[in-house]
Parts: sequence; C-alpha cells; structure tokens
Amino acid sequence: MKDPDDKLILGGHKFDSRFILGSGKYSLKLIESAVKDAGAQIITLAVRRANTKTEENILDFIPKGVTLLPNTSGARNAEEAVRIARLARELGCGDFVKIEIMRDSKYLLPDNAETIRATEILARDNFVVLPYMYPDLNVARDLVNAGAAAVMPLASPIGSNKGLATKEFIQILIDEIDLPVIVDAGIGRPSQACEAMEMGAAAIMANTALATAGDLPLMAAAFRQAIEAGRKAYLSGLGRVLTRGAAASDPLTGFLRD
Amino acid sequence: MENNFFVDSDKLSPKALEIKHRLETDPSSRCDHMKYLPGMERIESDVCANVMKHMRSFDHSAYTERDVKAALESETCSIEGFKALLSPAAKPFLEQMAERARMETSKHFGNTVYLFTPLYIANYCENYCVYCGFNCYNNIRRMKLDAEQIEREMQVIARSGMEEILILTGESRAASSVEYIGEACKLARKYFRMVGVEIYPVNTDEYRYLHECGVDYVTVFQETYDPDRYEQLHLLGHKRIWPYRFDSQERALRAGMRGVAFSALLGLADFRKDALASALHAYYLQRKYPHAEMSLSCPRLRPIINNDKIDPLDVRETELCQILCAYRIFLPFVGITVSSRESASFRNGIVKIAATKISAGVSTGIGDHESKYEGKKAVDSGDEQFEINDGRSLDRMYKDISDEGLQPVLNDYLYV
Repeated sequence: MKDPDDKLILGGHKFDSRFILGSGKYSLKLIESAVKDAGAQIITLAVRRANTKTEENILDFIPKGVTLLPNTSGARNAEEAVRIARLARELGCGDFVKIEIMRDSKYLLPDNAETIRATEILARDNFVVLPYMYPDLNVARDLVNAGAAAVMPLASPIGSNKGLATKEFIQILIDEIDLPVIVDAGIGRPSQACEAMEMGAAAIMANTALATAGDLPLMAAAFRQAIEAGRKAYLSGLGRVLTRGAAASDPLTGFLRD
Repeated sequence: MENNFFVDSDKLSPKALEIKHRLETDPSSRCDHMKYLPGMERIESDVCANVMKHMRSFDHSAYTERDVKAALESETCSIEGFKALLSPAAKPFLEQMAERARMETSKHFGNTVYLFTPLYIANYCENYCVYCGFNCYNNIRRMKLDAEQIEREMQVIARSGMEEILILTGESRAASSVEYIGEACKLARKYFRMVGVEIYPVNTDEYRYLHECGVDYVTVFQETYDPDRYEQLHLLGHKRIWPYRFDSQERALRAGMRGVAFSALLGLADFRKDALASALHAYYLQRKYPHAEMSLSCPRLRPIINNDKIDPLDVRETELCQILCAYRIFLPFVGITVSSRESASFRNGIVKIAATKISAGVSTGIGDHESKYEGKKAVDSGDEQFEINDGRSLDRMYKDISDEGLQPVLNDYLYV
C-alpha cells in the first residue's frame, strides 16, 4: 500500500468512502438503505428538488452525518449556478457544491467555459467546489487555477450507463492534474467503476446505474465493493497486461552478444 | 364514424344562428386561416417547413414489421424509426415498445413522477372551435375571476400541498387581457414554486412581459397540425390563424421562457400524422434552442357540456399508449404529461412506462376549488371546458403513485 491512511480529501475534508451517491432518480424511502449499503459518506442532491414545501423533503431522508453535495442542475450559465449554490447554503446544505451547468436539455452535457467562471466565483466565496466537466485537460487546469477542490469529468452522457467512453481523456486528467479526479456520469455497472478506479480515479459518482437496477441496495453494495477493489488494485500497482498473445519464452533479442 | 360537433343553443338569436350555420356550411364565409391578422407578429423560422415536410409525406401504411424491428433494435431512434413506431405495423410490438420506453424513462427521470394542477381563471372565448366547451356559441355559464377570487382559489390549491400550477383562460383578449393574466401570474408566484400558462398565443414582447410576471413555461396546443382539417374545426376568431399558433412556442422561447409544451388534440384528424408533427415540432425547436425544456402532452377529445357524444374515435387507449411509447423512444429527454382526460387506470399504467407528469386535484371549471377541495358551498362558478375522467385529489394521487413504487415530486424547479 502506498498510503496506509488512504483517504479521499476534498477541500481539507477527509472521507474513507470513494463512492459518491446520487439521490434524484429513486424513491426517497430507499435513500437510507442505499447510503448504508453503498457505504457512502457523500450524497448529491438537486437544490431544485430540495427547495420544496412538501412534507416529504428529500433533505429529511438523508441520514445524519452524510455530507451533502448539492448540485446546481437547472443552471444555464455561471450566474445561475452561483445563485443556486448560495441558495443551497441558505437551505442548510453546507459548503460543498457540485457545479452543473447545461445549455443542452437533450444530452445534459456540461458547459466547460461557464463552469470555469462559476468555479472561480464560488471558490472565492469559500465553497468546496466540485465541477462536473467534459474531460478536457486545458479546462481541468483552468479549474485547478480557479480554486476547484476536485474535477468531475464525465465518462459517458449522463444517464446512459455506457461506461468509460472518454477513458483516454480521463486518464490524461488523472496523470496531469494534482486534484482528485472523480468520474461522474455514464458509469453503468460496477465493473466500469472498478476500471476507472484502477486507472487512478479518486472516486466514482453514480445515480442512474443504481436507480435502474432491479435491487437498488444490492447494486449499491456491488458498486461499493467494485470501487474498493479498483482502489486496492490501483494502490498495489497493476501488473503487466499483455496486449497480444503470450510472451515468447526465448526473447527476441536473445541473439545480442554484448 | 364521425363526431357531430354542431350543436345549436336555443339561447342564440335567429341572426346569430344564421351566422353560425353559415360558418359551419359555407367555407367562403370564413376568413383565410393561413393569413395573419393585424397585430399578429410574424417571425422568420424554418421549423414549420421542416415539420410539415415530414408530415405531408408520412404514409404510415407503408411501414412494415421489418421497419419497426429495425427501429427497436437501433440504439438511437431516427425520424424514420419514429415514423415506423407510430405506424399500424408497430401495434403487435406494443409490449416491446413499452419495455424500451420504460428503460429510457428510467434512465432520464428515474422513478419520479411530477404533479401539477391547472387553474382556469376565465372561460370567456371569442373563437368558434367546434369541439370545445368554451366555444363562443356554446351556452355555458361564463365567468372571469377577479384578483381577489384568483388569490382565494390559489390559497385553496396551495393548502392542498400543490407547488406547480398551470394558469388557463378561454381565448379572449377582450375579456382576459395579457395584463389580467400577468397579474394572476404574479399572484401565483406568491403561492407556487412554478407557474406555467396555457392561454391564447401572444407576441414575443407579451411573452416577455408574462415571463417578468413569473411565468416560465408556455403550453400551446396546435389541436391539429393538418391545416386543412384545422380550417374545418376552427371557424371563427383569432385562433383560426394556424401559422401564428404554430410559432407560439418559438416566440415564447425567444422571450426567455425556460420551457414550452406541445400537443395535438388527438381525435380531430389523422392521429398518427398529428403525433408525428407534435414530436417533430419539439425536436426541431430543441435543435434550435438546445437549452429549452420541452414537453409533450397527448390529450384526446372529450365530451363537453351540451355535446356528450364527442369521442376520440380511432384513438383508443392502445393507440394512445403506442404514441406515448414512440414519443419516449424518439425523444427520451422530453417531459410527457398525461392529463385527467384519461382514466385513473390508464394514468397509473402509463406513468410506469413513459409519462413523467400528471395532474391531480383537477377542475376545468371556474372558481370552484373551494367547493371541490374543501366541500364549501359553491357561491358562483363558471362551467367546465370538458369532462374530466380522473378526479383524484392530490393526496390520493400522491398515495397511489407511492404505492406503485414511484416517487411523486411536487417541485423540481428553481427560478434562477
């Protein structure tokens, strides 16, 4: 093990769990068991869902001690995201914020430029800013400079369950960015989460994969184990993977005499 | 079978009856439904041409089992695939369509179902749309709520727990001016998290004014996308102008509204063509205004006061289900609303497959929420636009949805 105290550190806060749970696509009554079976310490929620008068407020279903990660879904530009983040703080959701800025209602792809602007403003305002982004190295560097606490590149279009479609680009972020890289959106199965963790991702965020599962708590547990397995594999240093056939027992360069 | 829409009230004067009959029987007595009236804004847009090109050439009898299978096997649904799913050839595949639709719905919306209620504030109307209970020749009790009455209605609805409201009027600028509607929307913002309108089409600057009053969602039903059929059904009034109505959603989006809703009234014309055009209307506008939220409804004809025989004809529940599944597969990201025109059992079933939003605690009458919600004696109220089918209250609906394993949501909206 490289680090016996292997923790996920976000804005100075330490977490043992590397599984960030979504909350918006399944029954409120399942949140508690999902958190428990996922072993999650962070849960995201849409501020727009929490801003309700109803007796069944999503905030009341999240177990105590779990860190809230309110997201700015519904924001179409930096200013709207900033307003939503501040409302989250007023609602008592704490200082963490996941920036989601979309100008596209079909694929919900993040607007990187506006995300950088919002990160700058909110980091100055002492938020722990976790920006959802399209995996672009230049943008990731700008987000670092803007004061982000992590970057959250998408693996595939949100809700698609298609896995690591942007794998090569996420790997570049992991290799080049000194902040935690949290893979968000598109992770559809535990094996994909495991693969991202083996690559060196700091954490995984998932929602739809659980919401569309037959047994949500069981799938939450499966993700937890996959993420832990992937993390251990990463820390232990992955062995050599042969891409084509077996290694020749006689080395090809065995004829060299000096 | 055809609907007989023409009903003569004995309250009409001989002169009024004569005009009505002439409108009904003599097309030359009606104004050109494709020509804008003075004051109607004209915008440059290619959306209508794109939609109509597909609708005109859509021969749904030409599609085969093979086309339907190809559409269902394809990962993303093309316009051609959508046409196949709307065709009669898709009927034997309804269960597979429902499975695919359910998966798309759960990927995009999880198991959530949004709830809202309509509030009719006036039923005066200047149009003669032959199938509508509010039409100007229909003998009904007319009413327009004043600000105080509107606020009282809103308080009653808000007490029930509802957080999203849709404000409706009959289509009469004279009785229900844009300012009158704007003031109602300002009041609505005091009590509700989200305010939409379903009113007569207005110009961009008027949509902008309504947006400033707190409206963020505009619903306009085209009724039928077939201009020739439209002409035979909308005989008098501003609503008769088909292209002005078509561009309403685009004007609303240009005015800064967050979202718009579309529909044809199924049963008026070839429903497969109308379903195609409704979805393509949303599809092409989404390409042009990618940030906008889009939503589709699917109303079928209902009986009205003084004409209880009106029927959606060939659009039975099976056909409606087919349309909704096709909508969901073609446009996985759009909201789909199913109103109280449909039965409780249909709505319970369809929210598990394709619908994401349903109304509850519905009255299509004017000023009767206190009597309907809280059992107080109605002082004075205006008649309904149509007969509703599913009369469940918000509490009952909330419970029924929860019992189905779905999550009812009263608000998912922020004004930013």
